[in-house]
Amino acid sequence: MIPELGHFSLFLCLMLALTQIVCGYAGAHTGRSTWMAAVKPAAVGQFVFAVISFACLVYAFLNDDFTVQYVASNSNTALPEMYKVAAVWGGHEGSLLLWILIQSAWSFAVASASRDLPDRFASRVIATLGLVSAGFLLFILFTSNPFARLMPAAFNGRDLNPLLQDFGLAIHPPILYLGYVGFSVAFAFAIAAMLSGDVHAQWARWTRRWTTLAWLFLTIGIALGSWWAYYELGWGGWWFWDAVENASFMPWLVGTALIHSLAVTDKRGLFKSWTLLLSILAFSLSLLGTFLVRSGVLVSVHAFASDPERGRFILIFLGFMVGGALLLYSLTARKFVAQGKMQLVSRETALLVNNVLLVCATFVVLFGTLYPLINDALNMPKVSVGAQWFNTFFVPITLVLMVFLGVGMHTIWRQSNVASLKNRLKWPLLVSAVIAVAFPLLVYQRSGVLIVLGTFTALWVVLSSLTEPWLRYRRGLSLRSMPRTQVGMLVAHVGVALTVLGVTYTSAYSTQRDVALQIDAPVSIGGYEFTLTAFERVNGPNYVADQASISVTRNGKPVTELTPQKRTYLVQTMPMTESAIHPRLQRDIYVALGEPLGEGAYSFRLQIKPLVRFIWLGALVMALGGFLTLTDRRYRAVPESKASREAASAGLAS
Amino acid sequence: MTPRKERMTAVSILLIAVSLATFFGLRGCDNLKEYFFDPSEVVAGAVKKDQEFRLGGMVKENSFKRTAGSLDVRFIVTDFAEDVIVRYSGLLPDLFREGQGVVATGRLNDAGEFEAHTIFAKHDENYMPPEVAESLKTQHPAKTSEPRP
Repeated sequence: MIPELGHFSLFLCLMLALTQIVCGYAGAHTGRSTWMAAVKPAAVGQFVFAVISFACLVYAFLNDDFTVQYVASNSNTALPEMYKVAAVWGGHEGSLLLWILIQSAWSFAVASASRDLPDRFASRVIATLGLVSAGFLLFILFTSNPFARLMPAAFNGRDLNPLLQDFGLAIHPPILYLGYVGFSVAFAFAIAAMLSGDVHAQWARWTRRWTTLAWLFLTIGIALGSWWAYYELGWGGWWFWDAVENASFMPWLVGTALIHSLAVTDKRGLFKSWTLLLSILAFSLSLLGTFLVRSGVLVSVHAFASDPERGRFILIFLGFMVGGALLLYSLTARKFVAQGKMQLVSRETALLVNNVLLVCATFVVLFGTLYPLINDALNMPKVSVGAQWFNTFFVPITLVLMVFLGVGMHTIWRQSNVASLKNRLKWPLLVSAVIAVAFPLLVYQRSGVLIVLGTFTALWVVLSSLTEPWLRYRRGLSLRSMPRTQVGMLVAHVGVALTVLGVTYTSAYSTQRDVALQIDAPVSIGGYEFTLTAFERVNGPNYVADQASISVTRNGKPVTELTPQKRTYLVQTMPMTESAIHPRLQRDIYVALGEPLGEGAYSFRLQIKPLVRFIWLGALVMALGGFLTLTDRRYRAVPESKASREAASAGLAS
Repeated sequence: MTPRKERMTAVSILLIAVSLATFFGLRGCDNLKEYFFDPSEVVAGAVKKDQEFRLGGMVKENSFKRTAGSLDVRFIVTDFAEDVIVRYSGLLPDLFREGQGVVATGRLNDAGEFEAHTIFAKHDENYMPPEVAESLKTQHPAKTSEPRP
């Protein structure tokens, strides 16, 4: 009964989404307020039924309802409770349901926070969100029903993929989707703007708020994914330029460009059509990502379940949404002529450079990701491009971006004074250059071009970010009086620098060795000695594991005890490496257990990874920066205006 | 031209230039690309000397041998038509098993054996990396009707 209720709720969601679309577009077009009045309640209703549907699936999982096909394929009675909930989005159907839930949550949020939007505009925004929802609802109802029954019912479930039985992966998809799907709001705002033929500063401010929020989640989501891959896949790699990773990274790059171009549209009324295009592009890349992940056209570590039939549906949907949006764009773009001129040395130029570089970087990633497909289509030899290719093109773009970033932060709108820029930036430039050359040589006794450049650009951005607060402090001005948008920007840029620093040092100075260890026969790597002290069998709730105990010492002093495992999950009988990590800000010690080699030896992969934590720390700092921006008074204008309107109406009533 | 048009032209030219550079960069940088071959192609001599490539196929049953107490292993990768001996020293991935798909990266040594530095055994629920499935399907349709274990 409960699964049918969930299934039926999805139908209701689809009906409400169609209501959103029809009433929203037609109402806005004809100006009938009664039609438009139905749009927001429909969005709220869609959210309510999406929650009900999702709750039904969670219920089925928690009660081990193996009459439901999806539960039987992704859960098991022995699965710990927490992972039963996470298993809801562990497979294709459920992750699609999660997508729908989050999509409707964004629609709900926009509908509730849209009181300061004009009715027609709000109707078109919510109608467009309804269109996206409807696409995914059709997809789930026709190709991927999570509530399909299994006859006869399974005695027990096939269990969740062991790789997914992990805290990081339990929270990674919801947060990633919040970001992914959140770009649909910017997309909807762009469509509504094109339909109404008007892009103004207020539009940019609305869109900026939502885009920043989505970007913030996407940033955390990607970082979580990277962190999970790092400790769970057992290789100690944090980024593989894998198709699925790229799928989430491309919307992030374009989203980052969008946030910056929105700033120009907001403050200066420039880049209007470009901003619209980026809004379309960011969400299109989210959809493309879904297509790549779900269709299985690309080889990927994430290819858990894929089906060409489903790929075809997403491809059609992608073509419809992107094609439609671009057609609308080509018809209306000419209306959005910018007023005002640009000077060479100005913040506008700096942000233009930022946009061009970020879009180039996106193209590099897109091209590399699709290259095997292009190649396949042209029937050329099977070629793939690996990490080396991506790094060759991506790293230089990033470094150039970082150099401009340091200058760009100090430019002002309209026209900057070159002399004052030089004056402000000479010390950051000098200090970061000296440290970049000296630090690697002093601490690690060896250096290289990329290490120096990476250190230099990272320090350059950090020092440049700190210059403004420092100058304020020296002038005796309160730091509190800085606008939150500016504080947020500086914090986010420090985050970028931290990530670059982490990437540089981890890539350059990591030590990795595969070794055969016997009990009490130490091996020394990167200044640490590793000794295998014990080997035993331990039992988990739904697995058995071989566990090694390794004591790590440095110059004879104990550092830590690590217990890497090799688990065998009982249901899927799949072996899995559970690595052991000793994390510190300055370095991680990473030990993964291989297999017995005979003669009392076991294989291990031992790694020392300097500054690897900075990669994710930087992402969190970036997200914090985004959050600070959102707390700016300019974006909190909503409740204030509402309050003042209420006050005004109260005054009228009395 | 208006300043706006000028800017747009400049940006477009820049974008096109970068795209072209990327495209030709990709086509030109042979050492950055990873070629994929199956054992039949390797035996037929499709691989240039000292060229790094990815070898894909199935790990042949009963072909896996380890030098006891060491990390050195040797196994055969087959596409059910030809075999290639693979040598590797290091940790094997969790999903590495005889009778299942594998992709190894490395190069051929003088003896015609494949010296791998990386072994991947990622696969989907069909226990086959898609490239391997594809290669088996196109080349030897008759022999691969049921390649699953």
